Amino acid sequence: MLVNQFLVLGAVLFSIGVYGVLARRNGVLVLMSIELILNAVNINLVALGALQGASGAVTGQVFALFVITIAAAEVGVGLAIVLLIYRNRASVDLDEVDLMKG
Amino acid sequence: MLENAWVIPTLTFVSFWLILFFGKRLPGHGAEIGIGALGLAFVLSCVAVVQWVDRPATEVVPHGTSEEVHGEEEEEHGAAGGQRGEDRQVVATAVETGGHGEETPIRSAVERNVTWFTIGDVEVTAGTAVDGLTVVMLFTVTLISLLVHVFSTNYMHGDVRFTYFFAALSLFTTGMLLLVVSSSTLQALFGWELMGLCSFMLIGHWWEKAENSNAAMKAFLTTRTGDVGLLVGIVTLFFAAGQTFDIALINERALTGAIGHTALVVGAVGLFIGVIGKSAQFPLHTWLPDAMAGPTPVSALIHAATMVVAGVYLVARLYGVFWEAFDIGAGGVNPIAVVGGITVLIAAALAFVQDDIKKVLAYSTVSQLGYMVMALGVGAWTAGIFHLFTHAFFKGLLFLGAGSVSHAVHSFDMKADMGGLRKYMPTTFVTFLIGSVALAGLFPLAGFWSKDEILVGAAENGYPVFELVGIVGAFLTAAYMTRCVYLTFFGEYRGHAHPHESPRPITIPLMVLAVFSVGAGLLNAPGVEKFFEITENRVFLLAGVEHHSFEVFPAVVSTVVVLAAIAFAYLLFFERRLPRGLTRRNALARSGYTLLTNKYYLDHLYTGVIVGSVKGAIARAAYWFNQKVIDGVVNAVGIAARRSGDWTYRHIDQAVVDGAVNGAGFGAEGFGGILRTIQTGRVQQYAALLFGAATVLALGLIIFV
Repeated sequence: MLVNQFLVLGAVLFSIGVYGVLARRNGVLVLMSIELILNAVNINLVALGALQGASGAVTGQVFALFVITIAAAEVGVGLAIVLLIYRNRASVDLDEVDLMKG
Repeated sequence: MLENAWVIPTLTFVSFWLILFFGKRLPGHGAEIGIGALGLAFVLSCVAVVQWVDRPATEVVPHGTSEEVHGEEEEEHGAAGGQRGEDRQVVATAVETGGHGEETPIRSAVERNVTWFTIGDVEVTAGTAVDGLTVVMLFTVTLISLLVHVFSTNYMHGDVRFTYFFAALSLFTTGMLLLVVSSSTLQALFGWELMGLCSFMLIGHWWEKAENSNAAMKAFLTTRTGDVGLLVGIVTLFFAAGQTFDIALINERALTGAIGHTALVVGAVGLFIGVIGKSAQFPLHTWLPDAMAGPTPVSALIHAATMVVAGVYLVARLYGVFWEAFDIGAGGVNPIAVVGGITVLIAAALAFVQDDIKKVLAYSTVSQLGYMVMALGVGAWTAGIFHLFTHAFFKGLLFLGAGSVSHAVHSFDMKADMGGLRKYMPTTFVTFLIGSVALAGLFPLAGFWSKDEILVGAAENGYPVFELVGIVGAFLTAAYMTRCVYLTFFGEYRGHAHPHESPRPITIPLMVLAVFSVGAGLLNAPGVEKFFEITENRVFLLAGVEHHSFEVFPAVVSTVVVLAAIAFAYLLFFERRLPRGLTRRNALARSGYTLLTNKYYLDHLYTGVIVGSVKGAIARAAYWFNQKVIDGVVNAVGIAARRSGDWTYRHIDQAVVDGAVNGAGFGAEGFGGILRTIQTGRVQQYAALLFGAATVLALGLIIFV
């Protein structure tokens, strides 16, 4: 089994996600990038789990399922916040959201 | 009832609280509780008297006659106290084993004690000791108190503090009964002080008027002056008698010589100072006439019949102590007799110049108390107690009579507002007349018998001077009472009110007391001598006090003197035969009159000289001491404290503590300022930091692990 390919795929996806999170200004796209990071992690979990044999595979997949569930919740909250920001400012540009500036 | 004598004061004490809490809500405003409790107490006291009279005489006490004690004293003069006591016991035993053969058994006192409290090894007991003297006192106090309660329901009707008045009466009665039944001096002191307090409350009952509350204050402070002596006396006797407060023990030890003579004298003098204060003896008698500011029933109960005789009772109760300390059996002169004698004369003289009917009676009371104290001082123990007993009735009667009169004319001033009242108030007139005659001491009323016994006692015990004092006192008493009766009931009515006979709650007590004033003296008449038999007690016999019964000669003399006095006063006031205006024309008479109206300047002495000197010199010295010494110390401490405070403030508080606090603040601020720069508020920058940090950690993990 070629674990390497999965890991490489995970690494690529993760990097694209990190790039998206750091570079994108649009809040929605940042959230999507976070999804990419999470999914990269899911791939890694499942792949590395399968490498451990049958019981390990189950463990990895269960973990992945947990991550997906939590990601869904997270994206729900995140989109709600973005929506509210949009309503207030008619923009989702993250650079303009700096009320927490010290 | 003899064992359970504590029930009687307890009754009135409970009544006090009940009246206080529930009195106002009851239809009689609390009077019914007081009368009920007192009625019950009176019945119980009667039961006690009957039981005492029925009690078989079993105790045999060795007689020591005063003559023998005499001889012994002379022989052993200068020997140590203990030595003397032993010798006396030897004598006593000799007498018992058959010399005279006159040991008549007496009734033994009923004692009942419980432990009150224990300090170290000393167990202080509280309890009751009931003997003849006690039951007589119980009877007298409860009877008079009951009558005064009944009298007050009408007299005090509509008073603003009616309920409170009855509560105080109950508490007062409790104090007197407690004193009477108590078996220890400490417990007696409780009753004594309780009476002082109630006296204060009742004299100042109408405290809205300044003079009333001043009178209350004066009574309280004057008796308090005496109480200091009393306290000293009690404590001295406590230690001298081997750490005991027990009255019977103290008496016994005093008489058997177990107490050193010096300690005994100190103790007796202390106690006697207390008696001088409480029983209004010269020179602390000045509070009693002022105490007439209280309501009349109070004067009758407290300042005639009961409280003021507490002092006399105390002397009679601790007679062993006084007998030994002052050598009463020896005859001649001793402090008790002297104080009593002086009081008899000066108070009787003062009664002449009073226009206020209650003040006449007040000075008369002082004078009669002097009689009692003098009787005890000359060794006529039974006579003193007997006079206390009879005096309670006729003086109570006279005061209540004066109350009845003032009820009708709304005044106490005999010269301005009375006169001719015999037509308007026949019952009051007759009873008042009976009281006056009893006080003057005419055959066969109460005062006659008791006064005669005092005179006989003084003569027989080797005190002829005091017999003379007694006779002169009798003359004065008869004369001022004649004046008082004349001014009140004879002549023409001078007031402006419409006098009328008082209602029944007032006249019934008068009639009851009149009956006692007539009959009480017969208890000790020759051939009866019931009173002597009842009150005979152990101390009395141990000391060898002699009882002298009625004698014809002094009785005739005193009767003649009294009649002469009445005739003299009659001529002076009724007939106006004697020169009038003497006090204005004759310089000697005028100066005497001035002296009397100023009450011998005693009040001036107290307030002017004594208080003045205290206020002047002593107060100034105290002020100087206060300013220079005490304030100096206080100021020095203050300044030192302030200086050290200053230093601490400047050097420790400001520099160290504040430095630390401020330093922490500044540090936090500076550090925050630095950290603040990375707080841009931009999410992506945070995320970059996050990922950067994660990368660094990951690298570290790879490299170092």
